Amino acid sequence: MPKVTMRVNGRAVSGEVEGRTLLVQFLREGQGLTGTHVGCDTSQCGACTVHVNGAQVKSCTVFALDVDGAEVTTIEGMANPDGTLGRIQQAFQDHHGLQCGFCTPGMVMAAAALLAENPKPTEAEVRHHLEGNICRCTGYHNIVKAVLAASGQDVSAIAAE
Amino acid sequence: MYAFDFVRPKTVADAVKALQAEDAQALGGGQTLIPTLKQRLAQPSVLVSLTGIDEMKGVCRDGDVLVIGGGTLHATVAREARAHYPALAALAGNIGDPAVRNRGTIGGSLANNDPSACYPSAALASGATIVTNSRKIAADDYFQGMFTTALEPGEIITSVRLPIPQKAAYVKFEQPASRFALVGVFVAKYAGGVRVAVTGASNNGVFRWTEAEAALSANFSAGAVKGLKATAADLIADLHGTAAYRAHLIGVLTARAVAAAG
Ligand SMILES: Cc1cc2nc3c(=O)[nH]c(=O)nc-3n(C[C@H](O)[C@H](O)[C@H](O)COP(=O)(O)OP(=O)(O)OC[C@H]3O[C@@H](n4cnc5c(N)ncnc54)[C@H](O)[C@@H]3O)c2cc1C
Ligand code: FES
Ligand code: FES
Repeated sequence: MPKVTMRVNGRAVSGEVEGRTLLVQFLREGQGLTGTHVGCDTSQCGACTVHVNGAQVKSCTVFALDVDGAEVTTIEGMANPDGTLGRIQQAFQDHHGLQCGFCTPGMVMAAAALLAENPKPTEAEVRHHLEGNICRCTGYHNIVKAVLAASGQDVSAIAAE
Repeated sequence: MYAFDFVRPKTVADAVKALQAEDAQALGGGQTLIPTLKQRLAQPSVLVSLTGIDEMKGVCRDGDVLVIGGGTLHATVAREARAHYPALAALAGNIGDPAVRNRGTIGGSLANNDPSACYPSAALASGATIVTNSRKIAADDYFQGMFTTALEPGEIITSVRLPIPQKAAYVKFEQPASRFALVGVFVAKYAGGVRVAVTGASNNGVFRWTEAEAALSANFSAGAVKGLKATAADLIADLHGTAAYRAHLIGVLTARAVAAAG
């Protein structure tokens, strides 16, 4: 079987995979990084969102071999070095941006990609950016609020507290 | 998914060679092909990934023509075409969602020719030239019906050449669940006349609305298409909209695109 090598959350990893092995399978089953979720497996929900060389992608819609040599970041890479929640994760907790939590890893990774490119997004920009991330619990308002709060903006005037 | 071998050549020449294997298939960004493979609707023996081919990536200007590498991401077009062809950049920036735009490619979209995809309308309205490893194909000859193009098996779209219009706009009425076009209209005004391409509406895939082109070439204003009926045969009717609904949308969106183009 072909071998794939990449850096995941700063650590060099490699493993043998099939041509059809998806990045999400390599991460979850090969590396035990089960924080990345598979919500639909039909490329529609965004729960499996990770970063490849800084760009958010759906890891259920990328082959592991196609990102050989890449730098990958998963939700496990979003915590602070001491293990406490990172800024965006903490904002989701503070603003009730999750209920069951299934979509949350993808939401956080999508939000992180947005804030890296656009550190002070408007509410409309946050909503546009999260179009590919589906949540069946929260109704989105608190997710949007959490992302705006994580960007350091005042969210006290935003409804749906 | 059925099993297959996976290769990732670095040059177009090596990819063309790899695609000569029996049942070999090209892989662009995989945003259409991977879901298809998961449903076992395709069974290639070998997937030839085009993502490692640098000569197929990038946006550059050649006089009045914008040249986009066949392996260029939607996200790259959204960013880099903005200064040259803003309507095209806006189209690319509204395909699917950010993750789809970070993998999906213009070559993959045009090769696939989904009847509801966005790029085919831009290529047809711009009178683009589809450049492959072996020839150049005019957009008017390239699109041959739903999921059907002039491409031969194993032929790779290496770049797309889009003449830059004086004015243009793309307006898409989104199918809200998929964000594909329920109907999308691309209007482009050139010195030689106006071209109008409609996607999402016909079972034959993207098409030119020639009556609107004639009216708009005489008078480029939203009012010029008022009362014109899109009579193209074989409009799509599905649970999202009837054929009559789509016919109506074509007129409305064309007028909006003209207004947006200014
Ligand atoms: C959730 C979601 C939403 C989407 N929304 C939209 C939307 O709003 N509008 C829209 O237009 N599209 C949309 N898409 C489709 C998306 O744009 C795809 O990226 C595109 O249709 C296919 O491009 P790809 O590079 O991913 O090709 P792939 O999926 O890799 O390939 C598609 C086909 O093209 C062939 N191919 C790929 N590259 C080449 C090439 N260079 N030369 C020759 N053949 C090639 C492959 O063999 C395959 O048959 C969406 C997709 C998803 C998953
Ligand atoms: S699991 Fe990847 S998009 Fe839903
Ligand atoms: S919190 Fe349950 S799906 Fe989003």
